[in-house]
Amino acid sequence: MASFVRFGNDLYTGKRSVNFVGNRRVWFTIAALLVIASILTPILKGGFNFGIEFTGGSQFSISGAKSTEQSLASDAVAEVVPDAVTRVVIVGEDGVRVQTDQLTAAQTHQITQTLAKAYGVENSDVNTNFVGATWGSDVTKMSLTALVIFLVLTFIIMALYFRTWKMSAAAIVTLADVLVITLGVYAASGFEITPAAVIGFLTILGYSLYDTVVVFDKIRENTHEDGEDSPRTFSESVNLAVNQTLVRSINTSVVAALPVAAILVIGDFLLGAETLRDISLSLFVGIIVATYSTIFVGAPLYALFRQNEPEIKKRDARVLAARERAKQTEAVK
Amino acid sequence: MSPRSTPTRQATRSLSWLGFIVFALLAVLIGGVLWGGATFIPKLALDLEGGTQIILEAEVSDDSDVSQEQLDQAVSIIRQRVNASGVTEAQVTTEGGRNIVVAIPGVADQETRDRVTSTAKLSFRPVLVAGEPSNEFVGEDGESTPYPSPDASVPSEPTASPTDASDDSWITPHLQQEYQAFDCDAERGEAASAPEDEPIVACESDGTVKYILGPVEVEGAHISDASAGMGQTQTGATTGQWVVNLEFDGTGSKAFADVTSRLTGAESPKNQFAIVLDGEVISAPRSQAVISDGKAQISGNFTEETSKALADQLKYGALPINFTELSSNQISATLGSAQLEIGLITGLIGLLLVVVYTLFQYRLLGFVTIFSLVIAAVLTYLVIAILGWREGYRLSLAGIAGLIVAIGFTVDSFIVYFERIRDELRDGRGLESAVEAGWKRAARTIYSAKGINLLAAVVLYVLAVGNVRGFAFTLGVTTIIDVLVVVIFTHPMLQLLAKTRFFSSGHPLSGLDPDALGAVYRGRAQFRTPVSAKRSKIASSSKEAQKRQTIAERKKAEMASSGSAKNDEKDS
Repeated sequence: MASFVRFGNDLYTGKRSVNFVGNRRVWFTIAALLVIASILTPILKGGFNFGIEFTGGSQFSISGAKSTEQSLASDAVAEVVPDAVTRVVIVGEDGVRVQTDQLTAAQTHQITQTLAKAYGVENSDVNTNFVGATWGSDVTKMSLTALVIFLVLTFIIMALYFRTWKMSAAAIVTLADVLVITLGVYAASGFEITPAAVIGFLTILGYSLYDTVVVFDKIRENTHEDGEDSPRTFSESVNLAVNQTLVRSINTSVVAALPVAAILVIGDFLLGAETLRDISLSLFVGIIVATYSTIFVGAPLYALFRQNEPEIKKRDARVLAARERAKQTEAVK
Repeated sequence: MSPRSTPTRQATRSLSWLGFIVFALLAVLIGGVLWGGATFIPKLALDLEGGTQIILEAEVSDDSDVSQEQLDQAVSIIRQRVNASGVTEAQVTTEGGRNIVVAIPGVADQETRDRVTSTAKLSFRPVLVAGEPSNEFVGEDGESTPYPSPDASVPSEPTASPTDASDDSWITPHLQQEYQAFDCDAERGEAASAPEDEPIVACESDGTVKYILGPVEVEGAHISDASAGMGQTQTGATTGQWVVNLEFDGTGSKAFADVTSRLTGAESPKNQFAIVLDGEVISAPRSQAVISDGKAQISGNFTEETSKALADQLKYGALPINFTELSSNQISATLGSAQLEIGLITGLIGLLLVVVYTLFQYRLLGFVTIFSLVIAAVLTYLVIAILGWREGYRLSLAGIAGLIVAIGFTVDSFIVYFERIRDELRDGRGLESAVEAGWKRAARTIYSAKGINLLAAVVLYVLAVGNVRGFAFTLGVTTIIDVLVVVIFTHPMLQLLAKTRFFSSGHPLSGLDPDALGAVYRGRAQFRTPVSAKRSKIASSSKEAQKRQTIAERKKAEMASSGSAKNDEKDS
């Protein structure tokens, strides 16, 4: 731990420093590549794997099944609806999950009974989930409305709080970056997109902005305190702030990701924990990407947005000129 | 704040406030448990408790919206229906402007399900023709052949305009053919959307009789009450037969009087009127007397169950809007408790990992984090238990996910705060002033960042539906509690701890050791290089620093003796 504290000290004083702002070309290139990969992944995989909540359909989960013979399920479904498309997955020791395409509510209830008989369980041990096709689109529509309103509100509030809309703009771009990459990883994992996953994505938006605000607040503090005779250029001040909050960023992302990772690992092995698992995958990826994106995309982008402002340009020029003079004096000596 | 207030005083005051809040919430909950029917265990939602959730969507012909009033009316009708079937604690709520969510504990049997979903309009139509349900005839080849569907060329307009709803002239050749071809199994309920002023073909709900019915004469909405009971003779003695008692409102009474006066004594089957629900005939009693006072009695082969079912259908049958089953979700109680268990176990494991990591990072200071988390957990539990009692809030799986995620968010407040204190220590401040100065900076960051979080939660809660709401709710509650705990517990604790020798002397285990933090006062973010560093390194870095100095700084540095070097920010 001592070395980690030392690491924090060095970052704070600037003795050790990662050039997040200065090397932004490199970071932006990496970010662009990640975004492109994230967009290509779902395209190459033939779209997202939407859950029945979005496509419509019926899902049955049987716990404590006497047998895990998959054909029993297909036969039980075919008994009621001969031409239904059935997908059967065995979960854990004695869990069976059956998904079918769109059925009527009545058929779904009938199949519950035939499945219970086939696997030797009570009707009450069969979980059914029947979803009409419009349910998912309703949820999506509302989520998107919520998203847009949230983004507009946060843009305004952040602009007011930081006294510059450029921070808001940088934060929103960071957010978009987080969302795209998280979706890309989600698509690559092949997990189904369920309402639970959507909850996860929405939370990630909140987390990403939260993380950005914490780091940007330090940037505000540093650049605000820089007086006329500051020895640092604007970009250097921004970079110092990011470095000074780096230990916090690492600690926070670890602490936030640990409980989520616990859900992810445990939820994957148990029937019925899908809600938790879907939320946690999007959260786990999102937390890590949000921390990355704030540091490597948000902060450099903010410096880029501001560096051409006349006042900042003037100050930077003065700092650099002074540095140059100092060098020459040194050379003359 | 009084001018004499010191950090210690402020801290004691904050902590007393915290004690008061916890005590007050606890008192409310205990009071609720003793006298108000609250429980110590927070109320659980269906996905944890097990049960059936049915989501109904209002069917609207075009894009026109359903009014909130209509939806509320529908909710109260459905609630009555579900409760009438003996289900306790069913929850019926509206969702998102056009959906109704029905949550029933346990497994919903077909009967309950039907009650909920048979949301059709109820109406009374006179019977014109009644007959066998068959839609086939034996053709010339001796084989059964289905009747053909009615030909479009067959006249569908009555030849003479009908005088009343029982008039035979309603039966056009087209309707006759439709009647013959009507398949009771396949086309059941198809007449549900037929216009009220036209005759329809419909079947008895068990598919045993097929009817041609005249236009609607009384609408179900005019039924003011319906109940099942024992039939009585005129002398008041019970007949031992189950009957359904019906009562109409003013308009209904008048219309029903007209119907019964026309039907009573008419030739069978035209003395029958059909009670049509969802395009199906649920009952087609014979009119045996003219009912002029709006109080009718339906008798027949009823059992207690069937008479009650019919009474309920009559009473609650008329919904203002039609609903379709949008989604239905049945969760067994065993799976529900398994999910709760998984949620709690993962939450605990996550918490444990966080505790280990914080202790590793912040040594004994980590205990402040742990205690803060415990306080936050207690407050969250109390709030959720009280909300479950007062507001009917139920903890769902998504809500638990929100709680687990909140662990990370909450601990972050402490991390931000501790790191700021460390920064101040690095600047060479004493612990007490570092705590105050660090708090000032940290508080601003925490407030603004948590503000964004709360905003996200509120927007999600207001605009989203179902699961998302439960999640947003716990996220919002924990955000508020998180800020509260930082302000009235964590900060005061540090104010007090800063007084203790263990922390103020910077014990290596305190996590706030100024030596380990490399602090010597040099002004903000300017440091003397730690003594332990190699001489050569100092020389090189001082040279580097000199290069970076402005003229003013150089002069200043020259004026102060050249003993120590300024180590400025260095680019890599």
